[in-house]
Amino acid sequence: MSEFRKHKGRAVVMAQDNISTDQIIPSREMKRVSKIGLGDGLFANLRYIDAAKGGRTPDPDFVLNQRDGESASVLVAGANFGCGSSREHAVWALKEFGFRVIAAESFGTIFFNNCAANGVLPVVLTPEEVSALMETVLAGSHVKADLEAQRLMAGDLDFSFTLPPAQREMLLKGLSAIDVTLADKPLIDLFVAQDQKLRGWLYKTERPSNG
Amino acid sequence: MTSGPASLFDKILAAHTIKRFEDQGTLVLIDRILLHERTGSVALASLEEDGRALAAPETVLATIDHIADNRPGRPALSRMPGGEVFVEAMRQQSQRAGITLYDVHDRDQGIVHVIAPEQGFALPGVTIVCPDSHTCSLGALGALAWGIGTSEAEHALATRTLRIPAYKQMRIVLTGTLPEWSTAKDVILALISRHSARHAVGHVIEFAGPAVDDMPIEARLTLCNMAVEFGAFTAMIAPDEKTFDYVEGRTFSPEPAQIAEARMWWKTLRTDAGYTFDQEIRFDVTNLAPMVSWGTSPEHAVPVDGTVPEDIPDDSRALDYMALRPGQPLAGLKVDTAFIGSCTNSRLSDLRRAAGILRGRRVAPGVKAICVPGSNAVKRAAEEEGLDRIFTAAGFEWQEPGCAMCFYAGGASFGERDRVISSTNRNFEGRQGPGARTHIASPETVAWSAVQGRISDVRNWAKTPVRPPDERVS
Ligand code: SF4
Repeated sequence: MSEFRKHKGRAVVMAQDNISTDQIIPSREMKRVSKIGLGDGLFANLRYIDAAKGGRTPDPDFVLNQRDGESASVLVAGANFGCGSSREHAVWALKEFGFRVIAAESFGTIFFNNCAANGVLPVVLTPEEVSALMETVLAGSHVKADLEAQRLMAGDLDFSFTLPPAQREMLLKGLSAIDVTLADKPLIDLFVAQDQKLRGWLYKTERPSNG
Repeated sequence: MTSGPASLFDKILAAHTIKRFEDQGTLVLIDRILLHERTGSVALASLEEDGRALAAPETVLATIDHIADNRPGRPALSRMPGGEVFVEAMRQQSQRAGITLYDVHDRDQGIVHVIAPEQGFALPGVTIVCPDSHTCSLGALGALAWGIGTSEAEHALATRTLRIPAYKQMRIVLTGTLPEWSTAKDVILALISRHSARHAVGHVIEFAGPAVDDMPIEARLTLCNMAVEFGAFTAMIAPDEKTFDYVEGRTFSPEPAQIAEARMWWKTLRTDAGYTFDQEIRFDVTNLAPMVSWGTSPEHAVPVDGTVPEDIPDDSRALDYMALRPGQPLAGLKVDTAFIGSCTNSRLSDLRRAAGILRGRRVAPGVKAICVPGSNAVKRAAEEEGLDRIFTAAGFEWQEPGCAMCFYAGGASFGERDRVISSTNRNFEGRQGPGARTHIASPETVAWSAVQGRISDVRNWAKTPVRPPDERVS
């Protein structure tokens, strides 16, 4: 798990709505039973002109291939960023590339939850704030995010944002959600024992061997 | 819980609430977990790396569907380059962890969301999760089912629980009667296109109303399948007699001695009168036309006799990708391929309806057409009825169950710039192959468009004379 408190870095703008996890990491790029080795395939179909054939020739029109794109750590996008497939590879790829903050009008629900679990800060801003931020970033400003204060800054802009407390705490402390929950194991076990009496019909879990 | 009126969602949530947090979030018991080789293998590998055990392996069911080969006579390993890594990992991990696996050659293998209801793994009132976004399909049985990421899958596997935030609730009331040629697929496409692909973000949807009551279970599964395309956390439908009948006697359904007890609880799973939703949509489906998508988001959909909206900028990326212009009619667009399959529309009733269109007809010359049943059980049943012969006589390829060309995993896919009429759920850029131009529609519309060689209005089917019947069709 990784902590997130504050971050300052170069930002890039993808001024589209509905950027899906398919676009963030095409399924063809998810080659291993592992969370690593995905950064190279990030946005592959947009980033490389010959991605479909497994090539790696940069498309000069794509923002990550332009001035300083390689060193960006903040991504500013339109609405519904990370919609579609639940693949967590999308967050792993973004993170491995170097992104720590994603600011957008809204996010795909599963993607949003995946961010916090992986030390990436998702920031929801209003449409007006997003356009102002895009303008400022395109003019060359770095972006600063402060999770404790829940503020996002760039140039003259200073926006406040909120994150659900559970996710905020996980990010701030770099906690493993599993360990946090397992601290309640006795409570869970007790609940299951009671539930087994209430809903005995559910606890049939053997598949007959004839298949 | 408060004592006021409660919704279907509230009731299932309450029955699973282990703990509530200050932020209104809830720690819920997860009754059942589904895995597939593509994401499940990654979650299991990560747990193994961290040295964590599964809390209850007997509540987990795994399948190999995403990159399973679809060609007849397929090998047990994926023919997709690199695919065998996931398949092999899933096999070994399932064995080590003690998880039931529906392997490639299992008589009941199939797409995870197709086999979960078939096997009685998804039931009314249960919480069920899968690291796959279309898990919301299973809400059609009155389950609380949702798609999660890999980290959450690890959490569910290791703790048998998940923490969920407080969601808003939306009821979508479908009134009226669906016209003969319109389906659950058309309903959900119409809803998404009217309200946008993010309209339901942060919400649990409950589908209700007379048109939902009228729907058979398989149509309800189609309806709920695309709730994620609406942005929803998940969707659900209160279980009724149809549901109870459907779930009885399946592999993981309650034992006959316990079914009465289960039913007693299931009957209470409906929203109380007087409950106020955060949002309510009413939609009269009486005049709904078959829908087809024109762009690269499911919200880009119009009635099949409609046109690409005029107010789309000419240089829109979606139009550019799809090679279309504002104002252009959808019907009449030449298609290169037709695909019937996916967790949205690959169940027996889908295949029956498509076969009804194809009977005695042939796919237009030059069109490649593929049908992939959602599971081996569907395939068997279809073959018993002779549907496979109708499909093949019409010129469709009849393939082996799995996700197949629903998503492009580097194996089989459609050609670059191919225009595809598809019964799937996502028309995203590159979803069915690099550059592939997907138009999503009902299986009926896919079948009829395949016959015509162009996107076509299935309402004209009956008006079009059958070509001389093919000898091979009985
Ligand atoms: S059929 Fe398609 S949408 Fe459904 S689970 Fe498989 S890949 Fe996902």
